[in-house]
Amino acid sequence: MAEIKKIATRASYGEALKMYAEEYPDLVVLDADLAGATKTEVFKKAYPDRFFDCGIAEANMMGVAAGLAACGKIPFASTFAMFAAGRAYEQIRNSIAYPHLNVKIGATHAGITVGEDGASHQCLEDIALMRGLPGMVVMCPSDDIEAKAAVKAALDYEGPVYLRFGRAAVPVINDREDYHFEIGKGFLLREGTDVTIVATGICVSASLEAAEMLAADGISAEVINICTIKPLDTDIILESAKKTGLVVTAEEHFVTSGLGSAVAALLSEHLPTRLVRIGMSDRFGESASAEVLVKRFGLDAEGIYKKIRKSMQK
Amino acid sequence: MNNLELKKKANEVRKGIIEGVHAAGAGHPGGSLGAADILTFLYFEEMHIDPARPVMDERDRFVLSKGHTAPGLYAAMAERGYFPREELLTLRKLGSRLQGHPSMQYLPGLDMSSGSLGQGVSAACGMALAAKIDGKDFRVYTLLGDGEIQEGQVWEAAMFAGAKHLDNLVVIVDNNNLQIDGDIREVNDPHPIDAKFRAFNFHVITVDGHDFDQIRAAFREARTVKGMPTCIIAKTVKGKGVSFMENQAGWHGKAPNDEQYAAAMQDLAAIDAQLEAQE
Repeated sequence: MAEIKKIATRASYGEALKMYAEEYPDLVVLDADLAGATKTEVFKKAYPDRFFDCGIAEANMMGVAAGLAACGKIPFASTFAMFAAGRAYEQIRNSIAYPHLNVKIGATHAGITVGEDGASHQCLEDIALMRGLPGMVVMCPSDDIEAKAAVKAALDYEGPVYLRFGRAAVPVINDREDYHFEIGKGFLLREGTDVTIVATGICVSASLEAAEMLAADGISAEVINICTIKPLDTDIILESAKKTGLVVTAEEHFVTSGLGSAVAALLSEHLPTRLVRIGMSDRFGESASAEVLVKRFGLDAEGIYKKIRKSMQK
Repeated sequence: MNNLELKKKANEVRKGIIEGVHAAGAGHPGGSLGAADILTFLYFEEMHIDPARPVMDERDRFVLSKGHTAPGLYAAMAERGYFPREELLTLRKLGSRLQGHPSMQYLPGLDMSSGSLGQGVSAACGMALAAKIDGKDFRVYTLLGDGEIQEGQVWEAAMFAGAKHLDNLVVIVDNNNLQIDGDIREVNDPHPIDAKFRAFNFHVITVDGHDFDQIRAAFREARTVKGMPTCIIAKTVKGKGVSFMENQAGWHGKAPNDEQYAAAMQDLAAIDAQLEAQE
């Protein structure tokens, strides 16, 4: 197999902001002293007059974004997921979601792949916090192509959007003819009959790899990419669950409250189906490289493969 | 509008506050009454607004950062003609556009939802920044409580406003020295307020928040300040106009019963009579 190109979705975020700046003159970018890391500096260099550094003050940044949106701007408030969804949660709730303002939250460095910085910076509950807010769109792109498509979709959507990006480079998997992106629509990446893997973010490429490994064992896995966690594409999941009778969710997030929970609720209400949730168990992360951590916590292809094998033996 | 006319309007606003809070059986009369003169001046003199075009692009913006004094804002807006005065009686009731704390989704002309303290001032900064980006000359006003400035976000916002030279922003601090748990100086003293805002690169003006000459002069002065935002510290009396509510922390968030309502309206009628006599 040819060498797969790898790009961090945070880099895609910065590129996309720059890419769409001309087409969307109301687009402005806010950051909280992390422009080099969130990659908004790419935008800043090209459009310095439309970039505003708020300094290390995320609560205020969310409010400033709300005020800008109330005056017709399309602000992208950018910082690490921990300080967006976590630190500024209530500002997002009351100043952005409640008035349903057109603010886009660009949250980078989500999840365990923050790596060496350790658990204080590894936000594994942001999907839970954001999907709990009425009217908030929550997206977690799987690669460079999808990250850019999600930014474009967010620009075209009127209302608050939470965009979840990662620090570590991930394989480009959506460079295919039939790929298209729509908010609220999942994408069937691989057809199968024995098990449905519903994955988001970095776990999508890992799940595709796991599906290959399962195929070698004679197990046919269907892989669905769920970029939009809210609103969830219930049809694509239910249809597949009906076919395979076993659903596995895979995400770089606490299993207690993320995509797995959303799918669990969906299945128990509409189509009780055996479900296995793969994600971060109910514990904080720790320091190590992203590569070591995804392996340690079973979020890589091998981890997903093993967990599915084990669950099928029962 | 001359001072006498403003005083009459402010007294109507105060009546609207008492009527609304009494009808709701809940709400925040103390701070609303204290801020009534400031709100009246903003809505009748200072701001470029048009109740017939509540969301016109070039309007001045107002953010009630101390959102709990919504009864005061609603009464001022009703008096100014944004909606019928009778609607004040729907305050806090199911289906009302007059939510317990301001919600822009419900009422056109409300420029920002607020109520969680410390947040409105950041939104006001964003609005002032939007005007700067677009080269528009609308101005942004926000009213904060003196207890509210205990919130750290206020100082994040103040730092931002000063650093970004938002001279189209006026932050008004309603300084009545009372918060829910009592005297702000005993709870967690935010003084000196003027020196703090000065240190955050604001032009600071202190006024008697019930003296329209001083209020007018302060807002005029704010318009002349370039390169930095202005903070107007308005010394006010919580509960102003209703004798038994004045300077009482207990009237922060409590509605008058029928008897108290009658007494309050009598106090305000007496003010009307005094103002009539001045004519």
